[in-house]
This record gives sequence, C-alpha cells and structure tokens, in this order.
Amino acid sequence: MAISTPSSASSGSSMAALMENGDQLPHVLAVDDSVIDRKLIEKLLKNSSCKVTTAENGPRALEFLGLGDHDRHNSLEKGNVSKVNLIITDYCMPGMTGYDLLKKIKESSVMREVPVVIMSSENVPTRISKCLEEGAQMFMLKPLKQSDIKRLKCHLMNSGN
Amino acid sequence: MAGSGLVDQLKKQLEAFTASLFSEGFLDDQFTQLQQLQDESNPDFVVEVVSLFFEDSERLLNELAKALDQQNADFTKVDAHVHQLKGSSSSIGAQGVQRACIAFRNCCEEKNIEGCLKCLQLVKQEYTLVKNKLQTMFKLEQQLLAAQRTSFPM
Repeated sequence: MAISTPSSASSGSSMAALMENGDQLPHVLAVDDSVIDRKLIEKLLKNSSCKVTTAENGPRALEFLGLGDHDRHNSLEKGNVSKVNLIITDYCMPGMTGYDLLKKIKESSVMREVPVVIMSSENVPTRISKCLEEGAQMFMLKPLKQSDIKRLKCHLMNSGN
Repeated sequence: MAGSGLVDQLKKQLEAFTASLFSEGFLDDQFTQLQQLQDESNPDFVVEVVSLFFEDSERLLNELAKALDQQNADFTKVDAHVHQLKGSSSSIGAQGVQRACIAFRNCCEEKNIEGCLKCLQLVKQEYTLVKNKLQTMFKLEQQLLAAQRTSFPM
C-alpha cells in the first residue's frame, strides 16, 4: 500500500522515500527533558516500526546529529553524520528550547532537509506559528497517543518532502 | 474448579477496581493509551512508566517544598517544577494530579505564597491517593497472574 512519491522528491532522508524502502526502518531522534515522555514517545514510535534514539536535551541531540560545538572543527569527518529521518522534540526544555534546536537544525546544510516535529503540552497559537515559520513540519499537542503517531506518518508521507 | 474460579474472581476484582479509578477521576484516557502500548516485547511497560512517574514526582514534590520554604520564594522556579509535574501526570493519565497542578500554576502566577503552600498540599494529597490506587492495581494484577499460572500450568 505504498504511496508513491513524485520522482522529483528531494534526498533519501525523507520519511516517504525511506518508507518505500522496506529494508530500513525510519530512524527517529526524540528529544525531551522528561524521562517519562522519552519512554512514552520511544514506545509509541517503536510500536510504529521506527528505530528510536532519545536525547534529554538540545545539546545532546545536536551532538548525536554531528552538529555539536566540537564537530564544527571536524567538518571533514562526515562519517558521523547520522542517518536520522525525523526529529521530534519537546518545545519547553531548560537551556536550549525545542525552537532553538529547530533553528540550529535548519541552519545546518547537512541536516536542514530532515523533518522536525515540535511537541508541546501548551496550545499557544503564536508558539505554533513561530515554529512552523521556522520550518517545523508539524506541531503536536501532548500527551501523545498512538493516533498522533499514525497521523504524523501519514502527514510526512503525503507532504512529498 | 477451584483454580479457574479463583482466576475469574480475581479478574472481576481487577476489572472493577480499575474501572473505579477511571470513574472516580484518578485516571483518564491517557492511562488507557499506556495499557494499549504494552505488548509481549515489553510486558512491564505500564509498571515501568508508572515507576518512573513515582520517582520523578517525589523528586519534584521535594523541590517544591524546598523552593516554597525560602524567604523570597522564586515563583518562576516553583512554576517550572509544577509545569513538569503537570506534564508527567498528564502523560500517564493521572488526572487528579494534573488538575491540582493546573490550580497550582494559577497561584504561582499570582505570586501568592499562602495559596501555593495550600496547592502543594493538595497536589501531594492527589499524588498519594493515585500512587496507592496504582500500587493496589499492580498487586491485583500480580495476584491474577500468579493464579493463572497455577490454574493452567504449561
């Protein structure tokens, strides 16, 4: 039941392209400062056949993506560039917020094509539009449910990203 | 047959008890979501998440008591802790705790120390209640599992 993406779809880092490739599970990086929410999102994603890596804050997430501070000096070391297909992050985190993390990802020539989804327990319209304007693919309200993950997958597959 | 009779009894007890947690407002639909996520690959998922919630909540309640015990309480800090507790209780479906946290945040906004102290007591009460209820539920589950193993030895 694969939904075909147009041949002009961008790089293979998009969820859609990967979901057609039955060999590999989509790899999702989930970022949240709450240990409970990390466990929950991990299970939700694993139940949807995703490979999951979790990070407890923005700086750790950036390190995992190869965008950490010390990585800037090693721009030739592409070996560590993670093949992450989706980043889902909480908005309210101490220090670097999900919005700050989103900006850093969109500033990176390597990672900017990876879809980023923002989650928040608060439904603040200005917050939502700010994130979408900065390039977030979707904004989701917590607490997340299985139906949200289904909707997420559908949205990513249909956006032809 | 005594074996399956006991199993049926325990099952009914567990179902009735669990249903009461929902009807009495301790838990909401999000808890059902957790139960639905549990599967053979992770048969203790609910217990694991709830245990994390207990640990995290107790930590936050301690932090809140400390923060409110200051001469000039830092309401931003207090609010941040309450926000976290509200989030985690919402994520597991602990509706009573979540509601108490919402009220607490209003007191934080008003920078009302007396109000905050009262709210902290209320949150603590709700937390203790739901913790006891959940621990009882897990005990009943264990009893049921044990009875099932005895009735139907494989």
